[in-house]
Amino acid sequence: MSPTIVNLVYLIAGVLFVLGIKGLTRPSTAVRGNILSATGMLVAVVITLLNAEVVNFSYILAGVIFGGVIGAFMALRIQMTSMPQMVALLNGFGGGASLTIASAEYFSVLNVDAQSLAEFMAPVTLGSSAFGTGGEGQITLISIGLTILIGAVTLTGSLVAFAKLQGLIKKNFGLPGGPAGNALLLIGAFIALGCLIASPGQSVTVITLVTIALLLGLFLVLPIGGADMPVVIALLNSYSGLAAALAGFILGNTVLIIAGSLVGTSGLILTKIMCVAMNRSLANVLFGKMAAVGEIVDADEIYAGKVTSAQPDEVAMMLEVAKRVVIVPGYGMAMAQAQHAVRELADSLESKGIDVEYGIHPVAGRMPGHMNVLLAEAEVPYDMLVEMDRINPTFEETDVVIVIGANDVTNPMARESEGSPIYGMPILNVDKAKNVVVIKRSLSPGFAGLPNPLFAMDHTLMVYGDGKKAVVEITTAFNQI
Amino acid sequence: MEILILLLALFVLSLFLGVELITKVPPTLHTPLMSGTNAVSGITLVGALLAAGSDTSPMLVNVLGFLAVTFATINVVGGYLVTNRMLSMFKRK
Repeated sequence: MSPTIVNLVYLIAGVLFVLGIKGLTRPSTAVRGNILSATGMLVAVVITLLNAEVVNFSYILAGVIFGGVIGAFMALRIQMTSMPQMVALLNGFGGGASLTIASAEYFSVLNVDAQSLAEFMAPVTLGSSAFGTGGEGQITLISIGLTILIGAVTLTGSLVAFAKLQGLIKKNFGLPGGPAGNALLLIGAFIALGCLIASPGQSVTVITLVTIALLLGLFLVLPIGGADMPVVIALLNSYSGLAAALAGFILGNTVLIIAGSLVGTSGLILTKIMCVAMNRSLANVLFGKMAAVGEIVDADEIYAGKVTSAQPDEVAMMLEVAKRVVIVPGYGMAMAQAQHAVRELADSLESKGIDVEYGIHPVAGRMPGHMNVLLAEAEVPYDMLVEMDRINPTFEETDVVIVIGANDVTNPMARESEGSPIYGMPILNVDKAKNVVVIKRSLSPGFAGLPNPLFAMDHTLMVYGDGKKAVVEITTAFNQI
Repeated sequence: MEILILLLALFVLSLFLGVELITKVPPTLHTPLMSGTNAVSGITLVGALLAAGSDTSPMLVNVLGFLAVTFATINVVGGYLVTNRMLSMFKRK
């Protein structure tokens, strides 16, 4: 197969990826888009296999079968509530693939068939010209080094993100010195990269680089808390794409560059959307804590004697006279697996002629779009899900807002209390509605660690308990009226 | 060096194309967008096949290639399947 044909087919694959992502701009065309994108992948893989350079199929077959079984098993068995974990793992494997490709490329040029560890570690006399003529050799080495760095950070960072989302790691801790420790690791990685370019024959430098980068990924994500995971996942998504694009530079492969940069920008844009929705800079999410508390807010002072709790039948009576109800879901709905119960409540309300919509905050849940997928699973039509900017003006005409498992994204302090750590964060203005029902286990604070004055307002009713159970009880009471 | 410049041009233009495309994806599809782009980044499978399928390289290269093929295949198969599963749940009223 001539390189011209291979490259033309890669171009076709690239176009199919672009059309695939274009399909994702509308829910009605999204399934077709995904199939187009998958077709592009198939085309690219088939033409690569027909390429004369590929002669040994045993490792390929083993990898494809092994990876295919794991991938299919994960994709078909994963619960929708666990989708953030799934995406975290996929990010990690993407990084892992780039890391191993770059290492393989390096060792294939080194071409030492080592029989022992000592032989493997022994330096080889090799100039950068082995990686390409003139400046090209150095650029290939830089690409190898950067792919290893980003790929390895993505791999371990994503594994930590997965472990945190899964609840396997509950504590947030970092290196002593915090960001300074990570900066030292990063400097170390760049020194190793410099050494690699200066004397490419030292396999020790590559091994050092891999080790430092793997550690860096660990310690970058370990200090970051659960509610900041949407940002971390989006950023790692971007890294996995960037690593793929860099791998494209090593191999001189056009389709890797096109696909990798599309993924890279996608992750970056989602990262930005998440940061804006939390009114925090990326640096603040990655290295900082929440902004320093201006004035210490005493939860007891806010809540004392002012919180009204209600039973499900009281809520049902309130809903009975409502004309418009907005449901605001948060991570708590995912935790309680309450999405189906919520849909049944909405069905009951609609059957009595009540107008129902869902108000979705961009950072509700643990990843971008988490709530939308959960509610889609519960067969809630996507046109009932309304973004923050469009739902906010409607709260004043809303009779009842039901907040389930959301806290910080409804906290009016973000709008009113200038000294507050969350001041300036865009929120869902549920307090503007005529009545607010908050379904929550207790008055415990959300991720920001702040009390929520919404809970103490005159027109707010608290329903304590498990989200799913409370919603089912409200629905039952409502249907009996 | 000319080829590198061409690759760089491709990279930069793809970044701009990416920005234009992704900003048009509605928030409701952000999760499928992430899993779908994960599948796309499995394009590293192409590079992995080249590494794993060479006959002249040391064993270590083949083993690394095998790992790369495994990782990339998980992304491709898992990414597209789970995206398809999610997207088929999105229904209009």
